[in-house]
Amino acid sequence: MNELLLLMKNELMVTAIIFLLLFIKVGKGMSNDRLLPVVQTLLLANLILGCFFNQEGALFGNMYHTTPLIALQKNILGLGVYLISLVCSDWLKKTEHLAEFFLLMLSALLGMYLLISGGNLLIFYLSLELATIPVAAMANFDLDKKRSSEGAMKQILSSAFSSGILLFGISLIYGITGTISFSELPQLADGSALFIMAFIFLFSALAFKLSIVPFHLWTADVYEGAPVPVTAFLSVVSKGAVAFVLMTVLYKVFQPIESTWYILVVILSVASMLIGNLFAVRQQNIKRFLAFSSIAQVGFILVGVSSGDIGSSTAVVYFVLIYLFSNLAAFGVATVIAAYSGKENISDYKGLYQTNPFLSWVMALALFSLAGIPPTAGFFGKLFLLTAGGSKGSYVYLLIAALNMIISLYYYLRVVRAMFMDKNETPVPPIQTGASAKLGLIICGIGIVLTGMMGWIYDYIQSLH
Amino acid sequence: MMEPGLYHILFISAALFFIGIYGFFTRRNLITMLMSTELILNSVNLNFIAFNKYLWPGKMDGLFFTVFVIAIAAAEAAVGIAIIINLYRSHQSIDVASAEDLKY
Repeated sequence: MNELLLLMKNELMVTAIIFLLLFIKVGKGMSNDRLLPVVQTLLLANLILGCFFNQEGALFGNMYHTTPLIALQKNILGLGVYLISLVCSDWLKKTEHLAEFFLLMLSALLGMYLLISGGNLLIFYLSLELATIPVAAMANFDLDKKRSSEGAMKQILSSAFSSGILLFGISLIYGITGTISFSELPQLADGSALFIMAFIFLFSALAFKLSIVPFHLWTADVYEGAPVPVTAFLSVVSKGAVAFVLMTVLYKVFQPIESTWYILVVILSVASMLIGNLFAVRQQNIKRFLAFSSIAQVGFILVGVSSGDIGSSTAVVYFVLIYLFSNLAAFGVATVIAAYSGKENISDYKGLYQTNPFLSWVMALALFSLAGIPPTAGFFGKLFLLTAGGSKGSYVYLLIAALNMIISLYYYLRVVRAMFMDKNETPVPPIQTGASAKLGLIICGIGIVLTGMMGWIYDYIQSLH
Repeated sequence: MMEPGLYHILFISAALFFIGIYGFFTRRNLITMLMSTELILNSVNLNFIAFNKYLWPGKMDGLFFTVFVIAIAAAEAAVGIAIIINLYRSHQSIDVASAEDLKY
């Protein structure tokens, strides 16, 4: 019993918060101004609790297992949700159904925790669904906006379709090997053509969730239609969770067919980087722009995933942490501006520096980090990803990745130029940022600067393997 | 009369799977698209049951999986239909072609 409480503490804590929110909603209810600090404190408590007593263990006949590294991955996701609750607080305070919003978001987070910890294809499937269905409901949160419901429709249809494909792959794997347990599969995998087909079905479902090209078609529409906090959640937390589980699936379960998945990962990552970058160049809406930029970033994550040793999984965890800070800072500024002025186009950001210097600096820092310019953490993240990807000696692949970093500089700096150098007759008026949003943006900014400087973070992640 | 074997059932389930995919890509009505995904899920159920009965009678994982798939499919359909109803309220139509504000 003690072991159960200790090993599943993250999941139990999130479940407790979910029930508390349900009781608050069913009971008298609370005003948004009072409920939001409560939720933020609880999420912080979850984060602090997650840092202690992390040990290795398995429960329920190996259906659930955890290690210190998995606990760290969960904490990174928890940090993401906490930061979203901070940086998006200006939007959250205005929404009519705050309790439901967090209910859905925390259900999805619970699904992601179980997804990372799962040791069985059944748990894998169930938690993947738990992590996606609430997000589709969240995407529809602006109930009276046409675009919001259109985005949600695209999200639910594509996720239903992809889970169908995932299940077909799982059923074939069950048919070939007779087991669905992660620990037994590597011995029974025979590498036959049918097994590879089943693997491709399973991989393409994960690619749908990660929005890797060519499975990215829903991404930009959902990101643009959904409210900004939901977009931030989709692009940071759910991407991170699926990237973590992708490593488990590829490195442990499909270890016997490594030569097959290596080719697949290389081709898809090149396609993601190129198409994500080229489409990001021509975007006008800031959310669409960040959507395509996140597709390109996933391509870079795949460069790190491709090599399949300890260095690559360290580099991916490290990069996801940095990506979380940078992307949430960018989405945080976009939320603040959208909440106060309703403006979402890049051309509206012209002259932002004259009226809102703080927001412009945070945005510029975030974009520099996403582009991978040296003093910021993004540079170190990309450096480790490319180093890990290069350990197999395919230098042409690294060259393509490096060239893509140069293309991405162009469009990230386009936004910076609009904010700092372009003149505008009617810029966004000065915005009084709320205290918690400011706190969140400052945490993100500190994270962007310091995560790269402090080498012990990388060493710490490596020591957990 | 021939006794139906594993291959007959696998043939039916593969056919159902591809009918579902074909329907998903060609139909323009949202409810029909949702129905197509249900067809895909049901083909998977058939697969699991057939594998369990003919190949791995001792390992009940397939049977359990089917039960969970049915439950999740219901949940997915519930959320999907709720979203479609909301879409109908704002667009006055459940045709995919009507919902194309978001484009490049």
